[in-house]
Amino acid sequence: MSERRPRVGIVVFPGSNDDRDAAWALAAIGAEPVLVWHAERELPDVQAVVLPGGFSYGDYLRAGAIARFAPAMRAVAAFAAEGGLVLGICNGFQILCEAGLLPGALRPNTSLRFVCRDVAVRVERTDTPFTRRCRDGQRLVVPVKHGEGCFYADGALLAELESAGQIVLRYADGQNPNGSAGDVAGVVNADGNVFALMPHPEHAVDPLLGSADGALILASLVDAAAERVGASLTASGAPV
Amino acid sequence: MSTATRVKATILVRPKEGILDPQGQAVEGALQELGFPVTAVRIGRVVDIELDTADADEARAQLERACEQLLANPLIERYEIAVER
Repeated sequence: MSERRPRVGIVVFPGSNDDRDAAWALAAIGAEPVLVWHAERELPDVQAVVLPGGFSYGDYLRAGAIARFAPAMRAVAAFAAEGGLVLGICNGFQILCEAGLLPGALRPNTSLRFVCRDVAVRVERTDTPFTRRCRDGQRLVVPVKHGEGCFYADGALLAELESAGQIVLRYADGQNPNGSAGDVAGVVNADGNVFALMPHPEHAVDPLLGSADGALILASLVDAAAERVGASLTASGAPV
Repeated sequence: MSTATRVKATILVRPKEGILDPQGQAVEGALQELGFPVTAVRIGRVVDIELDTADADEARAQLERACEQLLANPLIERYEIAVER
């Protein structure tokens, strides 16, 4: 069965710090994580890619602004252009926005404080490869930890994202930790294959750590990735 | 003295109008605490740059691209380029 596990690449930038957490969580859920160094010009044979959390290149200039030029990001952009599944978490969200693979930008939190706590988000769409294990409107408790997570899109762009159904996750009422426009916690691209969120699903995969809700998002991705190797995911221990 | 083969330039990057600038707000509050009659503060970034070219127009064209690609995020920031002649 192990050879049927989907392979998920995790790009490691200088300053990434949730790469191993993501690898651990994906392995627990039934994927085979493959760490990919940022200087690699080609991706290995993977069915999905994760851009992990952290502070790539020290977040110099703007969070994600320099990481987007890493050689591996050129490969990720090509992978995404061919329909490959890409999940950005926190710093990964910032990188994908800077790279133009997702709309909008992430600004410093309106509080100017680094926030590190559990937040509740609401699932707005379940017909994406990243949320298919969730129920419509389901409330997920997942931790955030960031200083620059304030999603910005001007009025016209926000309205466009709303009408196109690209807002996949929103902070629940009263839970917006960073001042994000429209309470946006996670967006998907127009083609539906690139998604990112500020909360950390990889830190919420075991009830012992307070919540296993994040596993729904990672397991959705692993399921979708598994279909791309032509195998159905039946790994025992995969959360339902 | 031979003509310099380097061009010096200064780039100002500012948050666009209408973009919330929490850093500016925090500094505004602190200045008011100190008794300054401040009513607005917006904080941006200055980038001093030297380019290995003697052509100021060429330098400006290069810096325009540098701003669009990296130094500013055009969605949320605007920039001004001043090239020393």
